[in-house]
Amino acid sequence: MTPHLTPDERAFLGGAHGEAGALAMRVVLAAAELLGTDRLVEITSAHVDGCLYHGDGGVEFAETLVGGGGRVAVPTTLNVGALDLLHPDRVKAGEHRTRMARRQMEAYLALGCTPTWTCAPYQAGHRPGAGEQVAWGESNAIAFANSVLGARTERYGDFLDVCCALTGRAPLYGLHLTENRRATVVVDVTDVPDPLKVRDMFYPVLGTWLGLEVGDEVAALLGLPASVTEDQLKALGAAAASSGAVALFHVVGVTPEAPTLEAATGGTGPIHTVRLTADMLRPALDRLSTTTGSGGIDAVAVGSPHFSRAEFVELARLVTGRRLVVPFYACTGRGVLEALEADGTAALLAEAGVEIVADTCVVVTPILPAEGGTLMTCSGKFAHYGPSNTGYEVVYGSLEECVASALEGRVVREAEVWRW
Amino acid sequence: MRGRVLVAGSARGPLLRLRAPISFWGGVDPVSGRIADPRHPDHGVCIAGTVLAVPATVGSSSSSAVMLELLREGTAPAAVLTARADAILALGVVVAGELGHPTIPMLELPAEGLSALADGVLEVLEDGTVRSAG
Repeated sequence: MTPHLTPDERAFLGGAHGEAGALAMRVVLAAAELLGTDRLVEITSAHVDGCLYHGDGGVEFAETLVGGGGRVAVPTTLNVGALDLLHPDRVKAGEHRTRMARRQMEAYLALGCTPTWTCAPYQAGHRPGAGEQVAWGESNAIAFANSVLGARTERYGDFLDVCCALTGRAPLYGLHLTENRRATVVVDVTDVPDPLKVRDMFYPVLGTWLGLEVGDEVAALLGLPASVTEDQLKALGAAAASSGAVALFHVVGVTPEAPTLEAATGGTGPIHTVRLTADMLRPALDRLSTTTGSGGIDAVAVGSPHFSRAEFVELARLVTGRRLVVPFYACTGRGVLEALEADGTAALLAEAGVEIVADTCVVVTPILPAEGGTLMTCSGKFAHYGPSNTGYEVVYGSLEECVASALEGRVVREAEVWRW
Repeated sequence: MRGRVLVAGSARGPLLRLRAPISFWGGVDPVSGRIADPRHPDHGVCIAGTVLAVPATVGSSSSSAVMLELLREGTAPAAVLTARADAILALGVVVAGELGHPTIPMLELPAEGLSALADGVLEVLEDGTVRSAG
């Protein structure tokens, strides 16, 4: 397939922006070809997930770009790295891993990326508008950018994300195009009791179910309250992008492309509707725990995606004046941490025993106590990746349940709320 | 049978048909090549050297990086056959090639094609042909 390239794009290939620019353009074009398109789209921003250390290959790639004179062409934020640069003692990695992870993070800074070090760039001021074409990595950020902000990105993996940033281009396909953004399935949650729908704990479970049920289809959720918060939608998308490949969902009456059900579906006539029942949701809830935790819990981790300021305010309300008896990790971006330090929330949390982890998180790098055991979390994403990435068994519960359990050292959960 | 070539190359290896979609990040250990996700039905199985049939990839966009590590470590599959091409797994192979590391063929085959593959040793050819080497 001969690509339709503009003079600018040809210049990249020819080395006008250094060997790194040429390499980046070759990778973008290879991606376009394997995705079956011969066109590129100009992007206005990028979010790069490739700065996390998975092995020396990632360092080699980033340093090759730096050595080739690479420089991002659009504003580009960075996802988590494998180190907490602000609290170097938090991460218990070996000497090689620590050194290579730092080299990888530094290489991305040398390319001109912004050191946000967060999986929630939308909490760090990176918020493209509805209809803006962008290239984002990190599955939860992709789902958020598409669904909640109405920006347009496909699922960009490591390497392609920074190649898009260097060239300012992305393959024109998939969710960049209006016709692929319409809902193809309606999920009617009307029957879920309102008291559950206003709880944060509902959303990771709904997201897990959604990912398992729809895979990579675009769903329109009908019957969620207009009061649904950004943090709840963040948790929904993160869970759906972990259990499935969900990159876009619509919430009728809430998200930008779904003022009405007709708008969300493109009004193309009858479409498959699933009416969510308690029996359907139960397996998704059960899947988020690999143990009942009857032997007690050894740690709690929250903040995947990274906790927002509002979530920290709620956590502070729950723990102020109390003392947690198991290690309690709350992960966030340095931007949010700065605000917590400025207003005194960070000190309150530290006094109660909350360890704030910045720039990284507990499932991507060794932070949890090495002995292993049982981890409790209110994050659908931690519940999903915890067992394979940390070796811990996991118990899912609400933030209130996580705090109550961390105060007693045993699992405290309310089961009734999931029956209707 | 012939698939759409995502990454060209030739390879030979025993067919390993994954029974569920997989996220390589969190799902495959790059050092050993074993399936590390305890929730995956093929947990513990080693994908190194196999012609790996993947119904779909899910989850993390870091799976490209895991693919690059597998290729550097020599623990990658001999070839990957997938029912749905995406911009994630194949990119790890493309970048490995840019960095001068070994690459593997990747083909897109319809789901029916994947399930029709005969068990045993398969051969993947440059033009996207998959055939029994038995």
